Amino acid sequence: MSPLLEVEDLHVEIPLPHATLHAVRGVSLTADAGEAVGLVGESGSGKSLTLRALLGLLPQPARVTSGRIVLDGVDVTALPERERRRRLTSAMGMVFQDSLTALNPVMRVGEQIAETPRRKLGMSGAKSKARAIELMDRVGIPEPERRYRAYPHELSGGMRQRICIAIALSGQPRLILADEPTTALDVTIQAQVLSVIESLRVEEGVGLILVSHDLAVVSETCRRIYVMYAGRVVENGPILDVLGAPRHPYSFALLRSVPDPDVPVHRLLTIPGQPPDLMDEVAGCSFADRCRFVSDACYEQTPPLVQLTPDRATACLRYEEAERWSDMVAEAPVQEEVR
Amino acid sequence: MTSVPFPGRSLKPGTATKPRRRARRFNGPLIIGLTLFGLLILAAVFAPLITSADPVAQNLPQSLLPPGSPGHLLGTDRFGRDVLARLLYGARIDLRVGVLAVVSPLIIGTILGLISGWFGGWFDTVLMRIVDMVVAFPFFVLVIGLVFALGPGTGSIYVAITMVGWVAYARIVRGEVLIAKNQEYALAARASGLPTWRILLRHLLPNVVLQAVVFSMSDIVLTILAIVTLGYLGLGVPPPTPDWGSMIQEGQQFMLTQWYLAALPGFAVVITGLALALIADGLVERMNRR
Amino acid sequence: MEYVLYIGRRLLAAIPVLLGTTVIVFFMIHLVPGDPAVTLLGTHATPATVAALHQQLGLDQPLWRQYLDFLGRLLRGDLGHSFFYQVSVTSLVLGRLSATLWLIIVGALFSVVISVPLAAWAASRRNSVADHVIRAVPLLGLGMPAFWLGIMLILVFALKLGLFPVSGYGTSFAEHVQGIILPALTVALALTPILIRSLRTSMINVLGSDYITTARAKGIGTGRVIVGHALRNAAVSSVTVLGVNIAYLVGSTLVVERVFSLPGIGTQMIDAIFNRDFPVVQGVTMFFAVMVVAVNLLTDVAHASLDPRVRLS
Repeated sequence: MSPLLEVEDLHVEIPLPHATLHAVRGVSLTADAGEAVGLVGESGSGKSLTLRALLGLLPQPARVTSGRIVLDGVDVTALPERERRRRLTSAMGMVFQDSLTALNPVMRVGEQIAETPRRKLGMSGAKSKARAIELMDRVGIPEPERRYRAYPHELSGGMRQRICIAIALSGQPRLILADEPTTALDVTIQAQVLSVIESLRVEEGVGLILVSHDLAVVSETCRRIYVMYAGRVVENGPILDVLGAPRHPYSFALLRSVPDPDVPVHRLLTIPGQPPDLMDEVAGCSFADRCRFVSDACYEQTPPLVQLTPDRATACLRYEEAERWSDMVAEAPVQEEVR
Repeated sequence: MTSVPFPGRSLKPGTATKPRRRARRFNGPLIIGLTLFGLLILAAVFAPLITSADPVAQNLPQSLLPPGSPGHLLGTDRFGRDVLARLLYGARIDLRVGVLAVVSPLIIGTILGLISGWFGGWFDTVLMRIVDMVVAFPFFVLVIGLVFALGPGTGSIYVAITMVGWVAYARIVRGEVLIAKNQEYALAARASGLPTWRILLRHLLPNVVLQAVVFSMSDIVLTILAIVTLGYLGLGVPPPTPDWGSMIQEGQQFMLTQWYLAALPGFAVVITGLALALIADGLVERMNRR
Repeated sequence: MEYVLYIGRRLLAAIPVLLGTTVIVFFMIHLVPGDPAVTLLGTHATPATVAALHQQLGLDQPLWRQYLDFLGRLLRGDLGHSFFYQVSVTSLVLGRLSATLWLIIVGALFSVVISVPLAAWAASRRNSVADHVIRAVPLLGLGMPAFWLGIMLILVFALKLGLFPVSGYGTSFAEHVQGIILPALTVALALTPILIRSLRTSMINVLGSDYITTARAKGIGTGRVIVGHALRNAAVSSVTVLGVNIAYLVGSTLVVERVFSLPGIGTQMIDAIFNRDFPVVQGVTMFFAVMVVAVNLLTDVAHASLDPRVRLS
């Protein structure tokens, strides 16, 4: 039985006036119905572009240059454009980060939800309206009949993001792609919105791919995680395994950059250095420059994604030493500044 | 949102990277515009060297000669005056008035906008109400009405265009000042206790004037259009002084037979406008890149 | 309700602006160098006529009194008497208004019909050949005098091709329609360079905005995305762009009427200038300002009906 969605070796490039930016460099991932999958990484790691590529919504002039997207066992990349879009948009709905810009400012929110059942599922006007109100109720909007006629700017950020979720649900998808859906919200509202998404998954079996730079949000919501760096997946596996015992120095560093709730730090610890220039096609590990466990071999060979267990993989040449990483850092904390 | 790392920002230590050529982008519009405008100015300044013909002397037996006639490259008009000479000497009038007429609105508008934006209060309120009144009139209508009231002559044109033109600069500069006012360099200057006039002139003006200067490029186009329009309506520079507008008006009578008499001065205006529009575009591009 | 309130506020805001324009129009006479009556009537005028004009213009009164009188008469619809025709300015101007209004309406229509599709085309095919051409041609048009453009259109379409009358407005409706097309085209083409540039930019913003991505993610088809989401938002920005530039269009009718000998208030103003008919010049100037304020109000109304956010501000 093949998974609901399977992505193989996806490449996305952005042609610039004098060069080409290789933003996504061979990402593979799977997601199943009713499963929550997290995609984490710094901004610029290609996680959002990967998500957008899945729905054929890449911003101009980015484009998919190779790779396969397999939906229900059918390779949709081989299908003609119209048919591909029809299948992808029927199976998946998308939620964006900024609900204010993601909603059409001059259209009533209810109509924005009702549009999909009416135009795509062929419902009548009255039926699609009833469906929209039902969806608004489902995502926890009080007084949906009244709110149906509201414009986006008349609603609060949390309400707007619920509207966006309702829109994503309006085509009866089996998978929701969420791009930093709670980043723009207050912490309490974040929790409410996340619980709406969670209940959809549990009660209706809607799968989720959650893109976030916030490990806390991902660890609360997802069962599996993909860690992306410089356009590649560097580590993936069950979330508890990855967070508990990272097998890639980047995941390791990412975890350490999460502030400890018990320690009163006001500034997020960051990983020193900058992500590499995505225009160069350099041999070696792209994290090597920022890696504190780097060796000469890391600059010579691009590490392959090694399957550790059937559901766990890492793209580090030195993953076998991973268990000693914590001790190494404790012994030489100064290194952080030197790098 | 995925933010794309800016090309060429990070260089890897430890790996051999070729130094990336930071391509010095060629500012085509600015260069072409400046060249074109420079040529127009040169043609106007050196008009007596380019043609020996007199732009005002009538020579009726030689009237309405076609372009390419011996001694008259672009032909002659109905009074036998050389068209090329009139075009070149017309450039002297129209370009000079066009450029000069923009200077005083630029200065007055900038000063008023600076004061209005910095101090606010009643001065700002009154000034902005006056601006609203002036922009309620179509530019051409008010200029023509004012030139009529002031009487004929170049002086009236300067005054009329100044009276209408300053509002655009006042608006632009005021807007810029409102933004700049709260930026750190302005706050720092204020905190250091410098006299207000010094803050305004040394710190604020250089930062806000650029927008006004860029606008003045397209404003010169509008002003030249106004002058040419006045000339066409017979309200501009009095005859027989050559001016592109009055040339078009005179040429209009010979449309069926000598269409180029009306067409050529128009082309001269279009080329001037093109040159200035390119300069303005180039300046904007340059500012955006910084 | 919000909508009505918003329109009400815009109407109220227009009153001080209109009042301000009356100040400017009133002071025009005081710009006349020397004794306005002498200058206006010429050196051959008898002292009696000069005195009569002083009386009529109220020049012997104090300035504030003159203005209040002027304003009072204006409110009663009295713009004074034409020196030349010896009839009321209001009736003169009203008799000529329809041709100008037609020119403005048809001209605005043409400019929308020409510039919106071109801007949309350029915006949707960014950096294509079509885009570059559509961006380059307006540069040529920016410095093009409207009257010269009119003359060139006459040359090609009236004189060479014989499709339209060279000038005039005729007497029947059919003749009006025939006579208005070339002038309206001139007015429109004079405005399109500015319109296309601003419209293209705002349409690129609309097409690149997140809600278009949301709509595309629904999988409802490109046509529906454009009609249902892009067009209405693009219309909002188009109305704004048009509103900002409409004063320019109104102003260009003045000289275009002259080129085509259309019997509008622009021609009337030029004629009055040559007849030194000061009250008519004043009256027409006032009418032009009223038209601009009215058009701006219409823009606000259109904007508010298209964009729910405006009604709040």
